[in-house]
Amino acid sequence: MSIDWVNFTPWSSLGGGALIGLAVSLFVLANGRIAGISGLLGSVMQFDSEGCSEKALFLLGLLIAPLCWGMFAALPEIEIETEWPALIIAGLLVGAGTRYGSGCTSGHGVCGISRLSPRSIVATVCFMTAGFATVYATRHVLGI
Amino acid sequence: MTKLSALIAGLIFGLGLLLAGMANPAKVLAFLDLAGAWDPSLALVMGGAIAVAVIPLNWARKKKLSLLGARMQIPKKRELDIRLIGGSLVFGVGWGVAGICPGPAVVLLLTAHWQIIVFVLAMLVGMYVFSVLESRRTC
Repeated sequence: MSIDWVNFTPWSSLGGGALIGLAVSLFVLANGRIAGISGLLGSVMQFDSEGCSEKALFLLGLLIAPLCWGMFAALPEIEIETEWPALIIAGLLVGAGTRYGSGCTSGHGVCGISRLSPRSIVATVCFMTAGFATVYATRHVLGI
Repeated sequence: MTKLSALIAGLIFGLGLLLAGMANPAKVLAFLDLAGAWDPSLALVMGGAIAVAVIPLNWARKKKLSLLGARMQIPKKRELDIRLIGGSLVFGVGWGVAGICPGPAVVLLLTAHWQIIVFVLAMLVGMYVFSVLESRRTC
C-alpha cells in the first residue's frame, strides 16, 4: 500500500463529514427520521404516503446543493471515467443491493454506526469489504 | 416546519458531500483502491460525520417525539439476516464498479454529467425491481 499524499484532503473531508453529521442530526432531531438516501429514494418512488413530502424535500435539498454551491464558488472537481455498460451494471447493483440490505453509506454507514446498530455495523463492513474487493479485482486482477 | 427542516437537512447533506469529495467518483474509487495509490480522505468523512451525529442519534433513540413533535422513527430491528448481508455485499460491488453511492448520485444529477443520468436510471430500475419482487413476496 502506498498513500497518495498529493490528493489527500484531510480538512475538507473532515469538514464535509461534519456537515453530513450535522444534516443527519437535524433530520432526526427535527423530523424524527433517519437520513438514509436509498431508503428515502425507495419510499418516494413508491409514492409511500407516509411522510412523502418531507422525504421528497430532503431529496430536493440534495439535488439543489450543487446549484447553491455554484452561486458562491466553483464546483469541486467531478471525474467519472466509468464507461456506460459498467455504469448500468453499477446502478442496478447499487439500487437493488441497497434496498435488499435496507440502507447505504448514509443510513448504515453514518446513521446506523452512530446509533451503534449491530445490523448497520455488519452492513457497513459488508459493503466496504465488497467495495475494496471489487476495485482490487477490476484494477489489479482484470486490469480495467 | 418539518418540511423546511427536511429541505435544509438535505441541502446541508449535499453541501457536505461536495465539500468532502464524496461527490467525486474518481476520489471514491481512489479510496477503495487499497492496493494502488490509496487516498484515505474518505475515511475522515465517515469519521467526521459519526463524531457529530453520535450524541444526537443516541439521544433521539430514547425519545418518542422529535423537537418539532414528529414521531421518532428509528429502526428497532437487531437481527442479522441474509438479506442484510447479501444486499450490502451486492451494493458494495456496485459501489466499487463506479464509485457512486445513492447520496452522491442525487447530488450530481443536476451537474450535467451524462454518466450520472445513466447511473441513476439504472439505480432506480434496480430499486423498482426490488419493490416489485417484494410486493409479490408479501402477497
